[in-house]
Amino acid sequence: MYAAEFDYVRASSIEEAISLKAENDDSSLLAGGHSLIPAMKLRLSTPQKLIDISGLDQLKKISKNGSHISIGSLCTHKQCAESEIIQSNCPALSDAASVIGDPHVRTKGTIGGALAHSDPQADYPGATLALNATFVAKGPSGERTIEVDDYFIGLWETALGEGELLTEIRIAINSMNANSCYVKFPQPASRYPYVGCGVSLSSNNGTCSDIRVGFSGVGEWAFRDSGVESTLKGQPLNDSTIASAADKAAEGKTVLNDHFVSEEYRRAMSKVYAKRAMMQLS
Amino acid sequence: MGKYIGESVLRKEDPRMVTGEAKYLDDIKIPGMLYAVVKRSDYAHAKIKNIDTSEATKMPGVLGVWTGKDFEDVNPMPCAWQAGGITNNANTPRVLEIDKVTFTGQGIAVVVAEDRNLAEDACSKINVEYEELPVVVSAEDAIKPGAPQLHENAPNNICMEWECGNEDGTDKALSNSDVVVKEQLVNQRLIPNSMEPRGAIAEYKSATEEFTVWLTSQAPHVHRLLATAFVFGIPETKMRVIAPHVGGGFGCKIFLYPEYCLVIALAKKIGRPIKWMETRSENFQATTHGRDHSTQIQVGASNDGTITSLKVNTVANLGGTLSTIAPGIPTTLYGRLLSGTYKFPNIYCGVKGVYTNTGMVDAYRGAGRPEATYVVERALDLVANKLGMDVVDVRKKNFIQKDQFPYTPADGITKGLEYDSGDYEKPLNKALEMFNYTQFREEQKKSRSEGKYLGVGFSTYIEACGVAPSAWVGVGGEGWGAGLWESANIRVHLTGKVVVTTGSSPHGQGTETTMAQIAADELGLPFDDVDVQYNDTLGTPFGYGTYGSRSAAVGGTAVFNAVQKVKQKALRIGAHMLEASADDVVYEDGKVSVKGSPDQAKTIQEIAGAAALGYSLPEGDEPFLDETAYFDPPNTTWPFGTHICVVEIEEETGSVKVKKYLAVDDVGNVVNPMVVDGQIHGGIAQGVAQALWESGEYNESGELMSGSLIDYAIPRTDCLPNLELDRTVTPSPTNPLGVKGVGETGTIASTPAVVNAVIDALAPFGVTNLNMPLTSQKIWNVIQKKGG
Ligand SMILES: Cc1cc2nc3c(=O)[nH]c(=O)nc-3n(C[C@H](O)[C@H](O)[C@H](O)COP(=O)(O)OP(=O)(O)OC[C@H]3O[C@@H](n4cnc5c(N)ncnc54)[C@H](O)[C@@H]3O)c2cc1C
Repeated sequence: MYAAEFDYVRASSIEEAISLKAENDDSSLLAGGHSLIPAMKLRLSTPQKLIDISGLDQLKKISKNGSHISIGSLCTHKQCAESEIIQSNCPALSDAASVIGDPHVRTKGTIGGALAHSDPQADYPGATLALNATFVAKGPSGERTIEVDDYFIGLWETALGEGELLTEIRIAINSMNANSCYVKFPQPASRYPYVGCGVSLSSNNGTCSDIRVGFSGVGEWAFRDSGVESTLKGQPLNDSTIASAADKAAEGKTVLNDHFVSEEYRRAMSKVYAKRAMMQLS
Repeated sequence: MGKYIGESVLRKEDPRMVTGEAKYLDDIKIPGMLYAVVKRSDYAHAKIKNIDTSEATKMPGVLGVWTGKDFEDVNPMPCAWQAGGITNNANTPRVLEIDKVTFTGQGIAVVVAEDRNLAEDACSKINVEYEELPVVVSAEDAIKPGAPQLHENAPNNICMEWECGNEDGTDKALSNSDVVVKEQLVNQRLIPNSMEPRGAIAEYKSATEEFTVWLTSQAPHVHRLLATAFVFGIPETKMRVIAPHVGGGFGCKIFLYPEYCLVIALAKKIGRPIKWMETRSENFQATTHGRDHSTQIQVGASNDGTITSLKVNTVANLGGTLSTIAPGIPTTLYGRLLSGTYKFPNIYCGVKGVYTNTGMVDAYRGAGRPEATYVVERALDLVANKLGMDVVDVRKKNFIQKDQFPYTPADGITKGLEYDSGDYEKPLNKALEMFNYTQFREEQKKSRSEGKYLGVGFSTYIEACGVAPSAWVGVGGEGWGAGLWESANIRVHLTGKVVVTTGSSPHGQGTETTMAQIAADELGLPFDDVDVQYNDTLGTPFGYGTYGSRSAAVGGTAVFNAVQKVKQKALRIGAHMLEASADDVVYEDGKVSVKGSPDQAKTIQEIAGAAALGYSLPEGDEPFLDETAYFDPPNTTWPFGTHICVVEIEEETGSVKVKKYLAVDDVGNVVNPMVVDGQIHGGIAQGVAQALWESGEYNESGELMSGSLIDYAIPRTDCLPNLELDRTVTPSPTNPLGVKGVGETGTIASTPAVVNAVIDALAPFGVTNLNMPLTSQKIWNVIQKKGG
């Protein structure tokens, strides 16, 4: 549990961070350090240089920005869990933030770090999929936005380009996002999710008019579950329609299977937790 | 009771710990100190063909890289508890393995460098060429014909065979029983995970040929004895062993580990002080594990619930090599406890200790007794289940009655030890007063109809603490290679301030406080006038250390007895000062006074001053009041009690929630209720964790799958309900304090209570047994199979 040798530099602006990253081939951005440092200690990750962005205060704000909420990528899990803006406009995100790790992890770890790292077991991905989030990335060739549906593209892989800094997470302010939640079945040791399910749902006279469902922890990377969504959409919201929608959970998806948890069990739990999330919102 | 004994006196240890002033091994830095990092085997079973250290040796800051061949002159670690007739097949580790490894994580080379990071970097540059051998990780597989063989001197991988009781009698009784229940019970491997991992620092002075060694140790005197006399062949006077503050052990820091001796050897080779401190990952692989039994039981009973016979055959996994006292755990500390609190008329236990390609297994909190209690308390439930009887009724029916003490369990299974005292219904009845059992059973029925699955489990356990009478446990008895008495020395300074030094070696238990309570009360001194010192072979009398719930019952009694000697001397000197005859004075409240004239008195401080100065002493007396006592217990102590656990199972997920946990323990007289409750709390948490979460698991190629806290689930506070504790007090007749021992109670008692509760909750699914840990997935699987 001792890292290989590395250099360390503190970035004083976003621009500086981007140019430092461009100048150093084998470098890593350091935010809260709660994924990167454990990986370095196990020597699974051996960057030559760490570019510390944790001092960039402009990325630590949560605000309402017209039609969306803007969350700076360096906001900690604690900030996200406790933010009233998040709680009232997109509770799925504060739900997810509040069940990450333990108080230490939540005080240091950042939303940007978690989403950039994109651990298949991380909590935010499922929630941001449900909330139809937009990610803002800045790189040597300027700023661009990435829709969440295009963001999680592989195991430990995102649409974020090498050399790009995730600066902001945007979530639209609308009644569907306001009616959202994230539920989690934690693994007893790590407390990362066996299954994490984020749902946002809108309804009209008791009928589901729209729904987005995102899963964390179930597959090799987070995914949106169109099977569940399409089964419930347009249906009256009741126990039996929710149960049949939940029954579609993870259908056709590759589901993780490891020494401790079988694929069969993860699939079954995906159904249970999808049902619980949808019940909570209906 | 006295002014302090029986009170929740705040712990002397705590201010140091909560302010961070306490120094643990890794806080110690000695000028010129080097750092050692051990290269560990990547394979569970392999021949070492070649170790290429050339690149590592050239790295900056590296003083050298050594392999096992460089230490061929250092003896292997000793096996100090040769139970089961082990003679020439005790395969113990060497400081570094030479030709062959038998589990993943064994040390095969070492780098010494100017700092830890450099040593780690260099260690990653050592290239090892292995020839892989077939691997076996389960003990049951290891004894099957055709299994990979680990050691030439242990055919079929059997290290030892041990038995107790009467096999023929038990077989006969089984065949004459109305019912017989057979079951396989697995007591899975656990990984202790003390908060502080292991470490060692050694310094060698060539002029005097003396070593000073700092170890994470529960038993510094034992470590010194084993290292000097058995490994290095030097006088024990040439080594001082210091255990600084030790961050927990749960047994795993009793043993003499190869890395400890490696650092000692290197300090002499290099001539500079050297530190080695393991990482958590190394701790998972290379520190000893606990439990790992696979057991076939057969219980015979009459139709009225009377148990007639218990037959137990256990295969105990000891790992790739033997740790210091490994053979004693699944034998003496297990088989001899198999009568529990019950008058089973026929008992037999046969044990095979087996080598496998896994980490070493040795004592872990409870050590053998949790495994025995698990067998007995599960057996009671299995019988009740078979006969359709209530689990409490079956327990009461089979209890040893309070007028049967002293009681000797059947078939000589305790080899002469008797249960000296007990009243097993008392804590059970008290627990039933705290828990409305009848009402619970009604609620359970009702909640089942609503799809909720509640269950209750009982454990009416016994344990043997305060180990142990030396002659009984020793070489001519159970094979422990030493004694198990304990020592205490009392120094009374000129001012009347007292220093107690003890051979016990507290590392979190609060013994520094409880021993001060004992000495202060007996001497009539303020608590703060008593200082308790320990954990350093320089300045403490030889002692066996802290484990086996022995530090109050054996170490505390040594303190009590040493104080009595001090008081005798104070009486003589006090009488002399009062110009009275020694028969005419009494010692009370810290004063010696003339019988009937309390005004004619000398305080202990005045007497201590006179004794220290020595101007005028009674004829034949020497200066100072200092005394030493050694206490060899005539018997172990026998705590008992009742634990009740209530669980709720979520049908959809199989998750278990512990809803209620209550424990009524009888640990004899209680020196400090806060300390006792703290021990029980922690023990219950570990015991519940075995039932539900923890499991040390290897895959087929011998890789430790639960090799970090990401996969090995130790409990957290939010996993448990508020623990409701109470007690009954049956003083132990074995020692003058009437104390028994409490360090292991929680882990010994709790595990079967939880498992019994889960099985009870799953009764509607026809479940009668499930092996631990009872994970949500496992429970969900049986619910699916049996049709929810
Ligand atoms: C004990 C423990 C328990 C945990 N439990 C959970 C849990 O239950 N659920 C869960 O979801 N997570 C859990 N985590 C992970 C935690 O949430 C991490 O904090 C998070 O995944 C990473 O955020 P960070 O700010 O610490 O990132 P860092 O560790 O600093 O960085 C992670 C990676 O992201 C990159 N990066 C960081 N910020 C940016 C950025 N702005 N732009 C581009 N790249 C960036 C870094 O270069 C690095 O590659 C746990 C971690 C620990 C140590």
